[in-house]
Amino acid sequence: MSSVPTAPLASPADPTKVEELPIRQPMSGFRESLHFALRNKKLLYGLSMTTALLLFALIGPFLAQHGPLEYAGQLSLAPTTKGGHWFGTTLQGQDVFAQFVTGLRLAFIVGALGGGIAAIIGMVIGFTAGYRAGFVDEVLNMLTNVVLVIPTFALLLVIAAYLQVRGVLMEAVFIGITSWPWAARALRAQTFSLVSRDFVDMARLSGRSSWKIIFREIAPNMSSYLFMMFILLFGGAILIAATLDFIGLGPSNTISLGQMMQLSVQNAALQLHLWWWFLPPGLAIMALVGSLYVMNVGLDEVFNPKLREM
Amino acid sequence: MARYFLRKLVVYALTFVVAVTIDWAIPHLMPGNPVNTLMGRIQIQDPKVAHQVYEHYMRAFNLNLPLWKQYWYFWVSLFHGDLGTSILEFPTPVMSIITHAIPYTLALLVPAIALSWYAGNKFGALAARRKTLDNTLLPLGYTLTATPYMWLGILLIWVLAVIWHVFPVGFAYDPTAVRGFTWSFTSNLAYHWFLPFLSLFLVAFGGWAIGMRNMIIYELESDYAHYLGALGAPHRLIRKYAFRNAMLPQITGLALALGAILGGALVTEIVFSYPGLGYQIYRAITNEDYFVIQGIFLFIIIGVLLANFVVDIVYLIVDPRTRIGMEGGRS
Repeated sequence: MSSVPTAPLASPADPTKVEELPIRQPMSGFRESLHFALRNKKLLYGLSMTTALLLFALIGPFLAQHGPLEYAGQLSLAPTTKGGHWFGTTLQGQDVFAQFVTGLRLAFIVGALGGGIAAIIGMVIGFTAGYRAGFVDEVLNMLTNVVLVIPTFALLLVIAAYLQVRGVLMEAVFIGITSWPWAARALRAQTFSLVSRDFVDMARLSGRSSWKIIFREIAPNMSSYLFMMFILLFGGAILIAATLDFIGLGPSNTISLGQMMQLSVQNAALQLHLWWWFLPPGLAIMALVGSLYVMNVGLDEVFNPKLREM
Repeated sequence: MARYFLRKLVVYALTFVVAVTIDWAIPHLMPGNPVNTLMGRIQIQDPKVAHQVYEHYMRAFNLNLPLWKQYWYFWVSLFHGDLGTSILEFPTPVMSIITHAIPYTLALLVPAIALSWYAGNKFGALAARRKTLDNTLLPLGYTLTATPYMWLGILLIWVLAVIWHVFPVGFAYDPTAVRGFTWSFTSNLAYHWFLPFLSLFLVAFGGWAIGMRNMIIYELESDYAHYLGALGAPHRLIRKYAFRNAMLPQITGLALALGAILGGALVTEIVFSYPGLGYQIYRAITNEDYFVIQGIFLFIIIGVLLANFVVDIVYLIVDPRTRIGMEGGRS
């Protein structure tokens, strides 16, 4: 609390300064969150790492001097400053840096889109099930449980294997529509606990529509939770996409981090010691997903006073 | 309790039907005649084999029949254990490919899941609210759980097998080894098994440890823990109660994590050329051997459903509330 400026003591004789009396105003929710956010190492670390990677993904492709799939001059070149091959070249002479930044950009796209779609479906189903108990809840709960039990990864394998042309968008959409169940389930429980509160009853009495109550009264009360859920879905989508791409079901006509790993393993890069080929993609995924997770714990500590370390 | 089981069984039965239906529907949903598409893509040179494959596909898909009959026959052949024939290894039935691959996958998955769950829970519980241990376990756990399974495998192979030559690069056993129940062959199997197991174990361990650590912190901050503390109960006792309560979500989490670990096992097998289901599915995908892909998918479904059922039973034993019909184990 040391950062809260204590107002100077005003003399009681001066009526204009009444407002500056040293009554500790309770901090507003946002300011309190900001106060703890700026002091949370986990959050700051995660956020700065994610931002750095995002900037790299945005700027990188403009720095690359070669196309990610085109022949760039020399085979199996170790990282060098010459000719812009900062990350070396592959066995087929493609520039690893160009592939890396392209893949990193795709990872962000898949994460944002797949995580976003999953979050939206999870919210719609979770809110509806939690708000409308009874039959609707039963049906949605059953649906959630079925999708939860299906090994969605295996399902994605079968679907992707039959598709002739695969794109990043389609991959993200498929990941989105298969990874929402746990989010829906968690949101249903949260909604359930909020529905019986007085302020929701008041809103109901005022005759507002259900969706208005859900988005004006219930959702804002778990905004932090929703945000953290999105972060987790974002990271999860990136990992799922990398796994799919590694199996050879990645997008056609471009290159992702998972495909880089697949190609390096397929071309015996390990035995040939072409470490510049297979280390960067995995390292990037690990750094990105890891910092997202760490950011999530940090946020949890910011929003939930019980978890703050004393 | 009967109600609890009934609900679960309905979910599992429904899941199975949905999964089988999807498995059947996907080739039918794709544009065009699936047999022609498949024949166009596999491009078999030998006309005799090509004809045989074509006949096989026609019979398998029963395309001349009405749709509902095709669907019905799919179920009939499923219950006869007939999952079609592999194209890559032509007259080998898909079923025999799967039964040969399953032991390897299970040998990796079961110990990796069980040990990582156990060790992760233990370490996570130890680390919660203990500064020094927490400061090492937390970053380590997050790093591990954020690592793509295949990349950890790649890293282990590169360092331990290619550079240091401590472990083999891959495969289930040496190609020169004589198969049989001998000590030398068993140790050879174990030697090849260790690295893929380790890489699966490590990634899963990170997730469990983090989960348990966070759960324990939630529990230690709950009212009952504070109340016990105020009564003067020893720390050990409070932590014990916290651990018991934190176990329940971890058991539920086991069911939830199955799919992810399974995906991890599939790619780990690919990295290590370990001849389990993942390796077979990879071969099938790269060679467009569709019946193998579909068959393995069905087996994965059945395995995951069985595992979920086991987790349910364990939950029932561990959480007394489900037994007396309270809401503890609500699905």
